[in-house]
Amino acid sequence: MQTLRMGQAINQALREEMLRDPDVFLAGEGIGVGIHHSPLLPTAGLLKDFGAGRVKDTPVSEAAIAGLAVGAAVAGLRPVVEIMFNPFFTLASDMIVNHAAKLRYLSGGKSSFPLVVRMKSGAGFGAGCQHSHNLEAWAAHCPGLKVVMPSTPADAKGLLKSAIRDPNPVIFIEDLALYFVPGPVPEEEVMIPIGQAEVKRPGKDVTVVTWSKMVGVALEAADQLARENIGMEVVDLRTLVPMDKETLLASVRKTGRLVVLHEATRTGGFAGEVAAVVMEEAFAHLQAPLRRVTGPDIPVPASPPLERFYLPSAEKLMAAVREIL
Amino acid sequence: MPIPKAKKLEMLRSLLLARRFEEALTELCQIEGKIPGMMILCTGQEAVGAGVCAALQPQDAIISNHRSHSHLLAKGADPKALMAEIFGKRTGCNKGKSGTLHLAVPEVNAPCTTTVVGGGPPIAVGRAFAQQYRQEKAVTVCFIGDGATNEGSFHEALNLASLWALPVIFVCENNLYAGAQRFEEHTRAPNIADRAAGYAMPGVVVDGNDALAVYTSASEARARAVAGEGPTLIEYKTYRWRGHGESDLQLYQPKEEIAAWQATCPIPKLRAEMLAQGLIGAEALQAMESDIAAIVQEAIRFAEESPYPEPHEALEDVFA
Repeated sequence: MQTLRMGQAINQALREEMLRDPDVFLAGEGIGVGIHHSPLLPTAGLLKDFGAGRVKDTPVSEAAIAGLAVGAAVAGLRPVVEIMFNPFFTLASDMIVNHAAKLRYLSGGKSSFPLVVRMKSGAGFGAGCQHSHNLEAWAAHCPGLKVVMPSTPADAKGLLKSAIRDPNPVIFIEDLALYFVPGPVPEEEVMIPIGQAEVKRPGKDVTVVTWSKMVGVALEAADQLARENIGMEVVDLRTLVPMDKETLLASVRKTGRLVVLHEATRTGGFAGEVAAVVMEEAFAHLQAPLRRVTGPDIPVPASPPLERFYLPSAEKLMAAVREIL
Repeated sequence: MPIPKAKKLEMLRSLLLARRFEEALTELCQIEGKIPGMMILCTGQEAVGAGVCAALQPQDAIISNHRSHSHLLAKGADPKALMAEIFGKRTGCNKGKSGTLHLAVPEVNAPCTTTVVGGGPPIAVGRAFAQQYRQEKAVTVCFIGDGATNEGSFHEALNLASLWALPVIFVCENNLYAGAQRFEEHTRAPNIADRAAGYAMPGVVVDGNDALAVYTSASEARARAVAGEGPTLIEYKTYRWRGHGESDLQLYQPKEEIAAWQATCPIPKLRAEMLAQGLIGAEALQAMESDIAAIVQEAIRFAEESPYPEPHEALEDVFA
């Protein structure tokens, strides 16, 4: 077992897939020569090792970057393109929403679009709302897209490798803060199937369903509640689309209580979808109303105390759990 | 370079097939319940599809737009599969998923047609990147209208294509109208081709109703592209005889303007030239017309007799 930070794990996944398959190429703003030089960043060193033919620094042109992926994918290449921050999804969204997601359907299944769009998400670095805005629910609302949001280095590596090999468009959302968090990663090849949730910690009293950076928040709360003999089961969804309903429902049927936790804002957030699935398929097992712990319905503010207020915390999660116990 | 006789015959055939195909659609779409959705025609503009596609090889790709019929027919799409798709039938080239607006015919390297104005250029960049990446002697043609050149995506795509010397031909059919807006109401520059200068690529203005001029200009652009010299923007000046769609009453298009452009129809122009040069005789021309009429009739018969998809088939083909 090696210890890697998530940025390094993503780097390893990209490197391994590029070595395995000459059709894999990367494109994005500053992915080769960038303004940041940390060896912990996902594309560090790849330009040097694979050359400018396969690691394509692009102009600041999100529509062209996403269109590059769509057009190259339909020709059978395996583009992995980067949209620097999740809010810039808007600039690329016509290519992703109207084209990557729909063109296979419009071809009657004749064409496929094996592409990955990597995007950085997450608040917590003081940049404000035009760099921090978690929009995973938008992507999840577009049939034809898969949506992946890993929480650990090992998951990021294994899921990205699966995403690159997937014959469909995959939106791969990486929380910036997690790039620097270490974790164990197997030395041997690690593949994690898209669409498989993981129970990160078993518990008997309440299920918390979450993903990405909020998994750490949930585990922190679980530790604290354990001291009070409250058993919190933490389910890391890992993939929003397709959703692993089986793992989710099995957990809720066991504990009878559900809190959905995400960093994104509340109204129209993906917690609503998780909640609806549970209400439709496991209502009889619920012993209490479910709760959502999410960012409030505001743009992410820049000032540190305001940004801390925005982010869901272990305290807020524990308060929600206590309400329904 | 003289244009070979076979190419001229191919273009004449493409022109006639597209025209007769759309003449049939013009009538069919008026019949209640026959054809679902919108009907957007390229009548009068067929020389662009015919001339450009005659300059292409099978390995060349095209990305088309909402006014796609002549492009796809000229690239070799099966008229029966197109007609059935336009009727919304299961035997259509896209199993009824696309209808007339998004026809995709990957088997002739027309992997997608997008109706999002400006949607095509970034995809063409990607398709051409794949050709460059694999060192293929091939190009990608992106068909757009004049309206698309005011979308940001057009400019991003031209810049990237030029920067990376990608083998793209941006083919702008300037049919003088974007929706109800006449060209000078949406663009200050006198020619769309002038915009190429901003991306350091050749910009060419060509008579879009002259199939032979279209062929020659597209051939030159293709030669540059496969030689690694990058993209070209070609503006074909042409005219939209019909409305934006068939429900458009064309109140904003002067009748005299329509008549004047109809007088420059690409079909009699090429036909007369070929007859005069003895490249085709009256009898052979008649045989070509009859053959095309039969193809269109057979396409309609096939579409009409084909079944609709079952409702549950709507759930198929979302994911691979």
